[in-house]
Amino acid sequence: MLNLQPYQNPTYFGYLAVALLPIMIGILYGRRFRWYETLVTLAFLVLTFGGDKWWQGLMLICYIIYEMILTFGYFNYRKKKNSGVIFVLAVILSILPLVIVKITPAIDAGKESIIGFLGISYLTFKTVGMIMEIRDGIIKELGLWETLHFLLFFPTISSGPIDRFRRFKKDYDAVPERDKYLSLLEKGVHYIFLGFLYKFLLAYFWGSYLLPIVRIHALGHGGISWWLVAYTYVYSMDLFFDFAGYSLFAVGTSYIMGYETPMNFNQPFKSKNIKDFWNRWHMTLSFWFRDYIYMRLVFFMMKNKLVKSRIAMANIGYLTLFLIMGFWHGVTWYYIVYGIFHACAIIINDAWLRFKKKHRKLIPSNKFTEYFATFLTFNVVCFSFLIFSGFLNELFFMNK
Amino acid sequence: MKDTVLDILEDLTGSNEVKKDLDVNLFETGLLDSMATVQLLLELQTQLGVDVPVSEFERSEWDTPNKIIAKVENN
Repeated sequence: MLNLQPYQNPTYFGYLAVALLPIMIGILYGRRFRWYETLVTLAFLVLTFGGDKWWQGLMLICYIIYEMILTFGYFNYRKKKNSGVIFVLAVILSILPLVIVKITPAIDAGKESIIGFLGISYLTFKTVGMIMEIRDGIIKELGLWETLHFLLFFPTISSGPIDRFRRFKKDYDAVPERDKYLSLLEKGVHYIFLGFLYKFLLAYFWGSYLLPIVRIHALGHGGISWWLVAYTYVYSMDLFFDFAGYSLFAVGTSYIMGYETPMNFNQPFKSKNIKDFWNRWHMTLSFWFRDYIYMRLVFFMMKNKLVKSRIAMANIGYLTLFLIMGFWHGVTWYYIVYGIFHACAIIINDAWLRFKKKHRKLIPSNKFTEYFATFLTFNVVCFSFLIFSGFLNELFFMNK
Repeated sequence: MKDTVLDILEDLTGSNEVKKDLDVNLFETGLLDSMATVQLLLELQTQLGVDVPVSEFERSEWDTPNKIIAKVENN
């Protein structure tokens, strides 16, 4: 049976264009054909999780049933009671499948867990977010179909961007006005074509053409070399254009369906400091971590007066956030070091900002210092991507 | 109510900008960060009894002094 991974080849885009056409016509005439959206979703899920990937598909179904029972169970509980213990338990249970999937390769010689499937992380972010908002009493109604549509929204199922339930539901319940939809349509098509440029031209050039050449030379030379420096920047370019390209496809497709899925990238290499970088890079992930981990943790510490100093509190928050992000990428030393590296970078950045505020008169601020800040941030970020790439592991520990 | 909110904001941002321009974007200008936001929510709770859970806090709805005042008054 046919199997197509999202946004990988022309056939997929061909099917996409045909499938989206009735949705477009419907919205232009002020209608959402729910049953048709459901049908298209199912068809694309079968394309991605069918054929030789059928086991993943089965695991996806099991996962969805499990998380739905958990979410609706917690929702019904929360209507009557609100115990912190039950909330923590619900969160632990909802991340449990992901934790198993992430830990299995680390303890079982690199073997993939049998319960894993493409996109399990992104589904987990969505579910945990829902549970937290149910706890806060913000999600007051929960329907079966809308929840399923939210979780299984096919344009973003494999790698995000991570949407939020209440935002998604607003689009799900409404049909955009014709003028608004026309501008969404225009943007959506533009994003998809920009995605072609990013993913099939630029990412291809950096990742499939240049990266293997640089890699061979760096490995051949061994240790630290100019080839390793080249690898750092070539890899960073590939990472950005590949992921940003994919995200543009996902957002563009969503727009055409009348859903304003949030953007994932906003010119990250222009960032003037690390904090700015995380407001521009993989934004839906960093905002998820900011809102559901950092802010909640700081709120908890502040309310219960666990830590006196505000600075210490912020730093504990950063370390927790980036350590979890590191582990989420995978249980390997380089992902965890990547997390710690960014935590340190942002802690130093905060300290510098405090210092700058105090000594404003002593520190020059002009076009040159601005360019320098951007340049420095860019290099720090690229170095962190070198850690992230795992290439150092290959170079130092597996290169014989 | 309005003055209390503005006092809290002035205190948190360390700048009287928030009183001069009630439509200044607090996040884009860097006046408010996540840390200060959490403090804002706690201050609103203790000083005004307004309970805003962290997840209710959608940045685009809270990014100027005027919007915050409106939110607090509607609560």
